[in-house]
Amino acid sequence: MATDSRQKPDNRRGANRSRSLLSDQARSYLGHHRKVARDSIQRMWRTPVASAMTWTVMGVALALPVALLLLLTSLQGVSAGWESTARITAYLAMDLPAEDARGMAAEIESDGRVVSVQLVERDQALADFRASSGLDEALDFLEENPLPHTLLITPEDSARSAEGVQALVTFVENMNGIDQVQVDLGWLQRLNAMTDILARAVWALALLLGAAVILVIGNTVRLAIENRRDEILVAKLVGGTDAFVRRPFLYTGAWFGLGGGLVAWLLIQVSLWWLSGPIERLAGLYRSEFTLQGPGFDGALALIIVAMLLGWLGAWVAVRRHLDDIEPGDIAGG
Amino acid sequence: MIEFRQVTKRYDSDHTALRAVNFHLDRGELAFLTGHSGAGKSTLLKLIMVMERPTAGEVIVGGQKLNSLPRRQIPYIRRHIGVVFQNHQLLFDRTVFDNVAMPLEVMGASPEDTGRRVRAALDKVGLLKKEKMNPMQLSGGEQQRVGIARAVVNKPPVLLADEPTGNLDPELSADIMRLFTQFSQVGVTVLVATHDIALINDMNRRTLTLNQGQLVAGGGVSGH
Repeated sequence: MATDSRQKPDNRRGANRSRSLLSDQARSYLGHHRKVARDSIQRMWRTPVASAMTWTVMGVALALPVALLLLLTSLQGVSAGWESTARITAYLAMDLPAEDARGMAAEIESDGRVVSVQLVERDQALADFRASSGLDEALDFLEENPLPHTLLITPEDSARSAEGVQALVTFVENMNGIDQVQVDLGWLQRLNAMTDILARAVWALALLLGAAVILVIGNTVRLAIENRRDEILVAKLVGGTDAFVRRPFLYTGAWFGLGGGLVAWLLIQVSLWWLSGPIERLAGLYRSEFTLQGPGFDGALALIIVAMLLGWLGAWVAVRRHLDDIEPGDIAGG
Repeated sequence: MIEFRQVTKRYDSDHTALRAVNFHLDRGELAFLTGHSGAGKSTLLKLIMVMERPTAGEVIVGGQKLNSLPRRQIPYIRRHIGVVFQNHQLLFDRTVFDNVAMPLEVMGASPEDTGRRVRAALDKVGLLKKEKMNPMQLSGGEQQRVGIARAVVNKPPVLLADEPTGNLDPELSADIMRLFTQFSQVGVTVLVATHDIALINDMNRRTLTLNQGQLVAGGGVSGH
C-alpha cells in the first residue's frame, strides 16, 4: 500500500530499470541541490542591504587575520633572506701588522665551516668609510687611523644555524690578536622571536575572528529560520527529511561565506595597493628587498573556500540549535 | 490501514488525552472523528502522524508499528499520510502550484513528474486555472481545496482532515465532502475530525466519538 511514488510504471526491466531509477534519483537529487542553491542566492538578493552588511562584517573579520598573516609571511621572508647572508665580522687588535692579519685570514679560511674570508685592511677601511659616511672633513682632524684590520667571514651553509654560527664565533674569539667579534644574528634572533610572537597572536586572532564569523552567520541564519518557520513546518508535515529542511539554510550560510570571502579579498587588495608605495620607500631606505606579498590566486581561493566553510559551519550550528525545535506538533489545532 | 490498540496518551501532568482507545480503519474507508473540544481528536490525529508518541498501546499505520519507529524514519511515514488543516497551512510566498508541489519536492520527484501530478491534483479540486495565483488571492473555500490538492498530490494511502469545513458554508462543505468520498472510493482511507454534526448526519458514515479521551462510539468492527 505504501507505494513509492518515485517508481514510475515503465516497460524497462531488471538491472537496467533499477540502474535508471538510481540515476533518476541522483539526477533529481542534484537538481534539487541546484534549485536550493539558486533559491537561497535569490533570497539574498531580495534583501541586498542586509546581505551586504553581513558580507561586510564577515569580510572585515576575515581580512584582518589574513592581512596580518600576509605581513608575517613577508617578514619571515626577510629574516630568511638575512640568515642566508649572515656574516661574522672580526675586528683585529689595533697594533696587529698587516702580514699577521693576512696569516689569520688564511688560517680561518682553512677551517671547514668557512666559505671565504675577506680581509679589509685598515687603510682600505678608512677610505671606504670616508667615501660612504660623508665625514670627510671630520676624519681629517684625526691624527691616526682609528680603524683596525677587519675580517669578514662567510660561514658554510651547514654552519649557518644559530648554534653553528655561535661555535664559529667562539673559535675566532679564542684566536690571538682578535679584539672583538660581531655577528649580525642578535637582531635577527630578536626579529625571529618577534615574528614568532606575532605568528601566535595572529593565529589566536584568526581563531577568535573565525569564531565571530561563525556566530554572525549563525545569528543571521537563525533569523532566516524564524522568517521561514511556516515553510519549515509544512515541509516537515509533508515528509521532508531533516536534511531536506536544513539544506537551504546551509546553502545560505555558504553563500554568506562566499560574499564575505570576496569582500575580505577586496579589502586586502585595496589595502595592499594603498600600502605598497610607502612600504617600497621604507624598504628602499633600509636597502631591503622587502615587499608586501599579496595573497595570489591560490591564497584568494583558499580564503574564499575557508570563508564558505565558516559560513556553512555557522549555518549548521544555527540549524542544529533552532531547526529541531520547530516541530509541527502545535499546528494540528482543536 | 489505521489501527489503534489500547492506545493511551498521557501528557506530563495528570492530563490524559486518550484512554485505551481501540479501533481499526480499513483501506478505502471514510470515517468521522468527533467529540467535544479537548476530547482528544487532535491527539489522535497527531499520533497517526507521529507528531506524538503514545504513552501505552500501539498505533499501526499501513502495517507499520509507529511506536518503535526511529525518529529519522518519521518523514517517510508522513509521505504516506496526506493532511488537511482547518487553517490550510498554505505558504503565501509562492504560487498555488508551488504549494501543491511541496510533498513531491520533498520526495525528489522530477520536474516533469511534478508538473503532471500537481495539475492532476488541481484539476481534481477544480482549480487548474489558478495554479499561477498566490493562495492569498483565493477565497476560503478555494484555499481549503488547495490544501486538499496538496494532501493528495502524492497519492497517499491515508488522508487525515482536521476540521476541513470549519470556516466554510454548507454548500462548500458538501463540495469538500464529495471530494473526500471520491478519494475513499479509489482506496484512500479518510479520517475527518469535525464538530459539524449536520455534516456527519448527512453523510451517514462510521463515526468515532471521543469523550474525555475515551472512544464511546464507532470503535467496533468496521462497518457503517
